[in-house]
Amino acid sequence: MTGVALTAAQAGLVSCEACQLLARPANPEEPGYCRRCGEKLEFRRHASIQITWALIIAAAVCYIPANVLPVLNTTQLGTTEADTILGGVAFLYTSGSWPLALIVLIASVMIPLGKLVALAYLLITVQKGSVKNNHDRTRLYRMVEFIGRWSMLDVFVDTFTVALVQLQPLMSVAPGTGVLFFAAVVVLTMLAAESFDPRLIWDSATPTPVPNG
Amino acid sequence: MIACADCDLLQHVPPLSPGAKARCPRCGCVVAKRPSGPKDLPLALAFAAAVTFILANAVPLMDLSVVGRTASTTIVGGAYQMWLEDERITGALVTFCAVIAPGGYIAFMLTILLATRRSPVPHWAGELLRWANHFQVWSMLEVMMLGILVALIKIAELATVSAGIGMYAVGALLVLFPAIIVTFDPREIWNRVVWAGDDATPRAPEGAVVTEPPR
Repeated sequence: MTGVALTAAQAGLVSCEACQLLARPANPEEPGYCRRCGEKLEFRRHASIQITWALIIAAAVCYIPANVLPVLNTTQLGTTEADTILGGVAFLYTSGSWPLALIVLIASVMIPLGKLVALAYLLITVQKGSVKNNHDRTRLYRMVEFIGRWSMLDVFVDTFTVALVQLQPLMSVAPGTGVLFFAAVVVLTMLAAESFDPRLIWDSATPTPVPNG
Repeated sequence: MIACADCDLLQHVPPLSPGAKARCPRCGCVVAKRPSGPKDLPLALAFAAAVTFILANAVPLMDLSVVGRTASTTIVGGAYQMWLEDERITGALVTFCAVIAPGGYIAFMLTILLATRRSPVPHWAGELLRWANHFQVWSMLEVMMLGILVALIKIAELATVSAGIGMYAVGALLVLFPAIIVTFDPREIWNRVVWAGDDATPRAPEGAVVTEPPR
């Protein structure tokens, strides 16, 4: 493209998020649905900042019980032992498989926390109308989107541990309440990443009256 | 002409040679790509994935034995055990991410790829493609595989564990899934999809621009 860079919103066009078709809505207040694929058309994701804030606050609240409450209760010869996520990491470390301990630590503790911090940083800079580090912030967003699913790791570990170790009365493993909170953290942060609109990062540099941003 | 998904910059995408990608000049996001390889390759891969997926869900993932007692589990069996232990939401979530989302993705892709072998492409194929993309986000087979490996190593301290055929099937799916995504060309299909309210080939309404002339 030659000349001045123009965004679709500046040109009055909506880009379909599913099939990338550009449409010029008759009524910018209500762009309607994409004629090619049926996706709801929006200049910017609906109430992106508010919804993302709500989801990451909810996820941050769930993050505490997810780490404090036990995720697994192991019953062996009549005695029951409760394990938190960090307890599981410590178990893997002491049993000699430190690479796995590191993977679980990164996936279960650091990725969720990192996602919360990263999304909060993106929201704050967008709300302040920052025009700096746009490339880095876009890259950060893409990383959050890409890496988020991996924090589901511990939910799968617990599920298959519970499913396999059912050798009553010898030994059995039951899930703890922490699993639910942990799964909630993962789902809420994934939804938060989906509701954040990366185009807002660039909008401060190209001011536009966005009808339904 | 399209708008970048990450920064909304309007840009022309030049005709791409097979295997080429177009990046947004402002934010560097990949705005378009054209896969190389035969046109029917994604269909073949989707068929292979469907067969492998059925196998992965039908046979046990792994067996465990300790002092003469044995236990085994499938993917759904694992989720069902969580359900029985009163972790119903977690069980449902595991079922969704490990069975429904990948299964739905494969089923939708097979249908889409079969439907798009003829032109014009029916409108519902476009709707399905939109849903397939949503399923793809929540399909977590690779995370599940790593989770199973960690669980195996944890349990190996206590009992003898051996991987079953289901495990190898999941391993094959981990290769087939990215292969479908890489060889599949959604732009080529979008260009041929019949629009809602139309009965013939795609037609640009006032103000909207079709990205490319249909090939």
